[in-house]
Amino acid sequence: MNDRRGGNPLVTDTNASILDRAADAAVRATPEPLAQSVRGLSDRGVAWIFIAPTIVLLLAINIFPLIWAIRLSFTNYRANRPNAEIANVGFDNYTRILTDSDIWIAMQTTAHFVFWTILLQTLIGFTLAWLIDRKFRGHAFWTTVILIPMMLSPAVVGNFWRFLYQPQIGLFNYIVSFFTGVPPSSFEMLGTVHLAPWSIIIVDTWMWTPYVMLICLAGLRSIPDYIYEAAEVDRASNWRQFWSITLPMALPFIMLAVLFRGIENFKMFDMVNLLTGGGPGSTTEVASITLKREAFEKWRTGFSSAFAIILFVAVFGLANIYVKALNRVKSR
Amino acid sequence: MSSAAHSVVEPSTASKRVAGAIVILYALISMIPLFWIVITSFKSPPDSISYPPKIVFTPTLEGYCNLFTTRTRQTPEYIQSLGEPNSICDEITRTRNMVIAGPSNYWPRFQNSMIIAFGSTFLAVFLGTLAAYGFSRFKVPLADDLLFFILSTRMMPPIAVAIPIYLMYRELGLSDTALGMILLYTAVNVSLAVWLLKGFIDEIPREYEEAAMIDGYTRLQAFRKVVLPQATTGIAATAIFCLIFAWNEYAFAVLLTSGEAQTAPPFIPTIIGEGGMDWPAVAAGTTIFLVPILVFTILLRKQLLRGITFGAVRK
Repeated sequence: MNDRRGGNPLVTDTNASILDRAADAAVRATPEPLAQSVRGLSDRGVAWIFIAPTIVLLLAINIFPLIWAIRLSFTNYRANRPNAEIANVGFDNYTRILTDSDIWIAMQTTAHFVFWTILLQTLIGFTLAWLIDRKFRGHAFWTTVILIPMMLSPAVVGNFWRFLYQPQIGLFNYIVSFFTGVPPSSFEMLGTVHLAPWSIIIVDTWMWTPYVMLICLAGLRSIPDYIYEAAEVDRASNWRQFWSITLPMALPFIMLAVLFRGIENFKMFDMVNLLTGGGPGSTTEVASITLKREAFEKWRTGFSSAFAIILFVAVFGLANIYVKALNRVKSR
Repeated sequence: MSSAAHSVVEPSTASKRVAGAIVILYALISMIPLFWIVITSFKSPPDSISYPPKIVFTPTLEGYCNLFTTRTRQTPEYIQSLGEPNSICDEITRTRNMVIAGPSNYWPRFQNSMIIAFGSTFLAVFLGTLAAYGFSRFKVPLADDLLFFILSTRMMPPIAVAIPIYLMYRELGLSDTALGMILLYTAVNVSLAVWLLKGFIDEIPREYEEAAMIDGYTRLQAFRKVVLPQATTGIAATAIFCLIFAWNEYAFAVLLTSGEAQTAPPFIPTIIGEGGMDWPAVAAGTTIFLVPILVFTILLRKQLLRGITFGAVRK
């Protein structure tokens, strides 16, 4: 309240002495550059003081480690033997990863997982958004309820799904057997080769469909009413309106949701680690799990650094190509 | 007018009813796992693993007692000799022929979660607000590249980031410390914070500050007294996002912490009882851990909605 230095105009400063006012007047009368140095920092100075801490933090925690990882990726370094001699192996790690069949299997598992989760989440999410956009009574409340799963910790909730998936006592198996008549102990979601990937896809879809729904909803709400009114005047059928107005105009938003879910699921670690740990065998071993096994169980630090960098370049490259496509759709 | 009694802008009552029914059905089904977590936390261990799954049962606090304590098995004679139980948990434990040996690790882990989540959120929002203002109001060389770079750091798989961080923290003595985790989460969150907040600050007209500066405010004063109050909603929304991320994070926590600084998410899956998982205790730990986020989601749904869609649409 008593900050008089700048002659604070919003605070009625009744106690300001005449001397203070004189000083203020003097400051105001001085030419700009001088006034700035008297009144405080220049804009340029402020800009750098404001931005620098963030940049420094990112350099220390993101860039420096990244450069370190790049350097390690050309060596045979093992983090559990810090005193062993480090040899330069050139591009060996990279060529070994790109020719390693296990790594390619992990990439296929990841692609399978990303494909199905995105397909299911987009279909269900868009349908829900489209229905919520009818603005039935109570839609705001139910939208909030639907959102809840995506706010929760994937690890903590994923861990609890292990319980739901128990063959004899689990609620999931019980509900499935209730509707299909299959005995609840006859199938094991997490322990069977052909069911384990689906157990993860189900949890991921349960958790992240709300996110896709929200973005689709934003897309649907961005379509101006007058377009529909014009279509109505032209006697376009509801079906026709959906295919030639609703879907094309919401498409950039749907694509955006796909992009975000794609990046996130490509990196997916917590849910898989807790539900199956990559098993049974390596049927659900997605890229992040392979990376964790290589880096923190086998301690092949150099090798896993190379793999990490390949993954990063892959996500980054794919995302960039995708964004280009997205911009083309947007500008249409 | 036309034979259709409705316009598309206002859908018919019947279509609204059907839409509402489907959405509500979906919402209810998606709540089943959460409902099951909460009711399991009030079951006794035998009730929790009965077949068919029990919806009607006698509620007990055993799960919560087991969550917060460690227990040892004792002979009935020894338990008889103890005298009156001094708490409800004491009483429940004794009916299982056990006595409470001491507190479990859940509460310290929960405290770690709070310290790390709030610490990193505060730092990320503080730094993020400053940087966002800088990017929003000043010509920063290479601003677009910097912003894109800041955002792209989020595309890295957490395990890929964790490898060099693990080595770096080992050198610096930051392994398994709250400070190390706070710095790491801040770095991850600050990218989102800058991105979201820049959008919010861009919306505040520059004229406000310029007017204040003509009236004699310095740039810093204008920022503090004009921009910050206007940006409160945006800052709050951003803070919620950072908090939710830090609260829920698992990958870094499980790889980089093992004891002292371990947070609740890597701890909860390790809760085991005698001869297998103690599901009521796990459910109790899960419930307590989820409640703050549930409350947040319901209280602040408007800001959350805005933040999620806004963050997405801007990109």
